[in-house]
Amino acid sequence: MMSIPAALKYAKSHEWVKAEEDGTVTVGISHHAQELLGDMVFVELPKVGRSLAKSEECAVVESVKSASDVYSPISGEVVAVNTELESAPEKINQDAYTAWLFRLKPTNLGEMDALLDAAGYEKLIAEEAH
Amino acid sequence: MLKTTPLNETHRVMQAKMVDFGGWDMPLHYGSQLDEHHQVRRDAGMFDVSHMLVVDIRGENVRDFLRGLLANNVDKLTLTGKALYSCMLTPEGGVIDDLIVYFMTESWFRLVVNAGTADKDIAWITRQAGQSAPQLEITPRRDLAMIAVQGPNARSKVWATIPGTQAVTEFLKPFQSVVFESYFIARTGYTGEDGFEIILPADDAPAFWQKLHAAGVAPIGLGARDTLRLEAGMNLYGQDMDETTNPLESGLAWTVDLKSDRDFIGKFSLQQKPVRQKLTGLLLLDKGILRSHQKVIIKGGELSGQGEITSGGFSPTLNQSIALARVPVELAVGDEVSVLIRDRQLAARVVNYPFVRNGKALV
Repeated sequence: MMSIPAALKYAKSHEWVKAEEDGTVTVGISHHAQELLGDMVFVELPKVGRSLAKSEECAVVESVKSASDVYSPISGEVVAVNTELESAPEKINQDAYTAWLFRLKPTNLGEMDALLDAAGYEKLIAEEAH
Repeated sequence: MLKTTPLNETHRVMQAKMVDFGGWDMPLHYGSQLDEHHQVRRDAGMFDVSHMLVVDIRGENVRDFLRGLLANNVDKLTLTGKALYSCMLTPEGGVIDDLIVYFMTESWFRLVVNAGTADKDIAWITRQAGQSAPQLEITPRRDLAMIAVQGPNARSKVWATIPGTQAVTEFLKPFQSVVFESYFIARTGYTGEDGFEIILPADDAPAFWQKLHAAGVAPIGLGARDTLRLEAGMNLYGQDMDETTNPLESGLAWTVDLKSDRDFIGKFSLQQKPVRQKLTGLLLLDKGILRSHQKVIIKGGELSGQGEITSGGFSPTLNQSIALARVPVELAVGDEVSVLIRDRQLAARVVNYPFVRNGKALV
């Protein structure tokens, strides 16, 4: 399915996670999440260098409709943020999977195993729709 | 079970994202709320507002009854079809609802009331009439639909859709209406743009909607309706005022007639209470989004204290966040305040509203 890439992992709170070759992971919000929120108008990103625990609130995405917290899918240190989104939050609506929010250096890469794969995430969305 | 308007199926066919809007199944947007907002500011869009209720009040001396029922003075309505915006108050001066009243004839006035308050309004009006005007017939018109067509090109597109309407509506001024065949056409709206609100038989609504669409009028959801009315500085019942707040502290003093001798429900209470607060506009200077219920922190001197945002959001026209906030009356345009957003205090400036009118930024 186009809107849930098979190469990514997903958190129950609707973030996607991509393991990069250099050992870092990239985090964004899913296509489904941006669709629920509607047109994005503001993004607040974490500071580079901040240490995040798993499931810690670390960013905010605001649409015309509402503000929504973004949680860190795994623990780690923020090594980069996508500052481009600060002036162009609509990029999340245009392509949620290239409009990444932040990149982490994981403390424990094993936490990736607890995340959902594409099939699991698709199932979660279907369940939440009911 | 959600209530539906006569256009429910039409919205679904048009790929609307439907939401529960106070018990009504309504379109939030048809793809992009921002695009829809700009569409109305730049061209023409249409809104299904059939969840709002038309109430016809007929009978002898209906004007007398409304003189006592409404805070604004229906004696201002001298021309057939003329409309007036008014609050309906509790004896304590709280706002039961805000509405538009149309003068049809001396034995027929028409009200348009909010969806969320409709049942309460009917009960209140019926009770009041029972006491002072039992001869009146109060009829909720769920057999009617209402479509607002708004934007700089709205009127010409309506003219292209209903043959014969140009001649009868071209010279309508704002807040005037006319009946044409089965259509009731009023030059009113909730966007700050020119346009019409059209009341018609429910059964005719889907075909009329399709014709407007074919004439280049885009469907607009309730999401954009909210950002448009906020830019236009128009109050939203339940957010900017309700039964716990009075109109004099809600930016609606211009709609309350305290000058004439006329008595109306709530008048005595309004005259007794000192006005300590007011609604003002806020423009966020820092980056972020103002939202309702955020605290406004006022620093320094006697003004030290707090206010609260009643309606806030992103203004697509200004590309900046704006809000209406209830603040102490002494706060002046140009003052800077802080707004508490999550754990941060962001700077905002007190401004006059409306923020936008007829496509132009005013701040």
